[in-house]
Amino acid sequence: MTLPLYGTASQSAGFSSDKARSILRLRSVDSAAERHVADFAIARTPDDIRRAIEADWPSILFVSDGSIDLCGTFTGQLVAVPPKYNYLADGDVIGFDHASRKFRTLYRRNSAHNSFLVTERCNNYCLMCSQPPKNVDDRWILSEIRESLPLIDPATRALTFTGGETLSDWEDFTAVLKECRDRLSATAIQVLTNGRAFADSRIVDAWKEIGHPNLMAAIPVYASVDHVHDHVVQAKGAFDETILGILKLKDRGQRVEIRVVLHALTAPIIEDTGRWIARNLPFVDHVALMGLENTGFAIANDTMLWMDPVDYGDGLARAVDHLSAAGVNVSVYNLPKCVLPKSVWPHALQSISDWKNGFVEECDRCDAKTTCSGFFTTGRPRFSRGVRAIISQRDESTALAG
Amino acid sequence: MARFLRPESFSAATEDLLLLPFNFERAGAHQYLVANMVGDFVRLSEEELNRLVDLQVRPGDGLYEKAYAAHLVTGTNQKAQRQLLAARLRSRMSFLQQTTPLHIFVVTLRCEHSCPYCQVSRQSTDRSRFDMNEQTAMSALDIAFASPTARIKIEFQGGEPLLNFPLIRKIVAAAKQRSGKQLDFVIASNLALLDDTVLEFCKENNVLLSTSLDGPADLHNKNRPRPDANSHELAVAGIRRAREILGPDRIGALMTTTEASLDRVDEIIDEYLQLGLDGIFLRPLSPFGFAIKTKQFAKYDAQKWLAFYERGLRRVLEINRQGTPFREFYAALLLTRMLSDRPIGYVDLRSPAGAGLGALVYNYDGSVFASDEGRMLAETGDDAFRLGHVEHDSYNSLILSDKLIGAISSSLTQCAPECSTCVYESHCGADPVYHHATQGDALGIKPLSAFCARQKGIMGLLLDILENSPEDAAILRRWAAA
Repeated sequence: MTLPLYGTASQSAGFSSDKARSILRLRSVDSAAERHVADFAIARTPDDIRRAIEADWPSILFVSDGSIDLCGTFTGQLVAVPPKYNYLADGDVIGFDHASRKFRTLYRRNSAHNSFLVTERCNNYCLMCSQPPKNVDDRWILSEIRESLPLIDPATRALTFTGGETLSDWEDFTAVLKECRDRLSATAIQVLTNGRAFADSRIVDAWKEIGHPNLMAAIPVYASVDHVHDHVVQAKGAFDETILGILKLKDRGQRVEIRVVLHALTAPIIEDTGRWIARNLPFVDHVALMGLENTGFAIANDTMLWMDPVDYGDGLARAVDHLSAAGVNVSVYNLPKCVLPKSVWPHALQSISDWKNGFVEECDRCDAKTTCSGFFTTGRPRFSRGVRAIISQRDESTALAG
Repeated sequence: MARFLRPESFSAATEDLLLLPFNFERAGAHQYLVANMVGDFVRLSEEELNRLVDLQVRPGDGLYEKAYAAHLVTGTNQKAQRQLLAARLRSRMSFLQQTTPLHIFVVTLRCEHSCPYCQVSRQSTDRSRFDMNEQTAMSALDIAFASPTARIKIEFQGGEPLLNFPLIRKIVAAAKQRSGKQLDFVIASNLALLDDTVLEFCKENNVLLSTSLDGPADLHNKNRPRPDANSHELAVAGIRRAREILGPDRIGALMTTTEASLDRVDEIIDEYLQLGLDGIFLRPLSPFGFAIKTKQFAKYDAQKWLAFYERGLRRVLEINRQGTPFREFYAALLLTRMLSDRPIGYVDLRSPAGAGLGALVYNYDGSVFASDEGRMLAETGDDAFRLGHVEHDSYNSLILSDKLIGAISSSLTQCAPECSTCVYESHCGADPVYHHATQGDALGIKPLSAFCARQKGIMGLLLDILENSPEDAAILRRWAAA
């Protein structure tokens, strides 16, 4: 299943017209937490609404399939959303556009997979981009993030910033990260970036200056050879800037993760890429070798990019070996265990964000389901011919037969 | 949606390509072994090497990809590869930041053994002549503490250092009283005199023991004679006792290869294995005895030794394949150099040489030497590596002495003939003391050098295993892992 993170409110009232958008934080009707001006009591029944009004809530978000008529009993702010957004809960944060009544879930307190889209602009144009870039002025998003940060639970374990290229407006964005340092110092902050901006010493110095205790730049490297990487990201010179950026970050003691998305242009050479990273960049903090999310440009370029993971499993296993032997912390993301060689299993993580993670029927019989990544539910999922329930007993009989 | 560009759109034009520095060596009829600036190896055919040198490479032709990934070629406007090479070289050479981490105190020259391969020990019981005195020891300590590195290792040698155990106690206590440095202590002993007092002292002060074990009893006792012909028995008993009292990782053993060892490497290894030791260091014949007499003999000797080494390494690999983790430490050292950029300042395998910069030796009489072998040379009348005396010299005057600077600067592999263009240069070292001893010249003529023959031989062997024997290669890679 895919959790709907975008939607349109069925009803809204009480929002002033001098502001186009508001950030809302949801609170249980009975919440004893100190109320912030952005807080909305979350009501799921007419009784909840009655109790919210009694408790003097000035703002209410109502999750319901019917419309509601409060007939002057309530004069505060009201938003009503359809029942499929019933997952919204205490501590969650949403962005709400007054005129169009469109809203977006920005933060779910109970999720381990919270991410903020920073911009849709990018100076790469990756063949498999799951979030195809748009050349639009979307700087309002950063303001919305700044407004959201004070509403986020400081106990949040991890937060990701993604794009587009997150460093497109690097000065504003590093200011947001400084805010994270001040408000969310215990949260692991991960920033997805193509790393090219860090070739500029001013930017990498600004990054260092942020000083968040747990900040990681996650940067893609698709090959050990310039033109192969540049072709994948559709930008000549990108490889040189990205590698230079990684070096400058590490030179300044910053944490770096390298990400390799696996598809028909990168997977056949993954052993070479893994060996090259192990030899040249063993000081990076983590390497993630990632199955392709078949959405966005990946669908448009399907014939160029699709490769069944079972056909690159051996190379992937050798890449993992090279990296592990060099002492590099390596993980495999987004690939179900049944399509991977066994030696890779200890590295295969449940990496797919909860809101777009699913399993197929075959998985119901599988003993590894509870520790498996499963599948993306987004876009147009493609399934490996290797998908097959892992059953311990069968493993034994296969071993005997072998 | 904008159109996507085809792969060719991202290729560099030939005029935008540039060669990076690399070394190479013929490795067969039409084959070359090529090493980049930091010693990553790649094999090229003669035709490929010629095309590469002429920059007749094009993205997509396979050779470009091979050469680019190995940092043999770059784009004129690119910076990343050159920065990568610089960073890696800096890491590899960063052992230079720890100047003189090892200080060897020869607390006595006396020994109750009479090993023929030893150039220094004395049977004499004349304490006043061959023991270091306390004043000399304290002056030596002053020098050790003046070395710039934050952590120093003090190693007690002899003779048999336990014959002057009271001085060891004094030096350890005095060193611990001084502040400002982290300290490690090692006693290099034949263990014949090891008793509970010594063990207790080692335990209290976290002192490591290092001993000699040349192999099975008959071989060991032949190499290392002592009055009761029981050197092996005492060494084995000492190793067991030390492991028991101090812990299994607090004692190490070293073997010396003699002519009598050459046919018995399996037995020597099994001796180490049976004692529960986690590896063996197959060391070459000492060059400071008979081997020194003729250059050709030394070279012939290197071939015999290499055959011994290869048999030994293959036996060690077999032990690993059978499920017992066991290392050959010299291979592990070289593999760490070949497969990683971790800084290895091993004194006998670095350039600039480890003499003085890696270690100083304080002889019993107060003379200071640039290396242990340098002191052995002095015992046969050659003072080439005697840098000074603890009473008249300071750390700076020793390290900046003309003798040391001369030996180190004239032996740099980075610019020495034969070395600077050698495909193994990144992983090798300068050994000015050895080449002075064997050829009368700190630099030496490398084709005549047994040191050179051994280095190339072992690295060639390791490469061959890494490339052609997957199961053994996996074992070797584990040795190089952090």
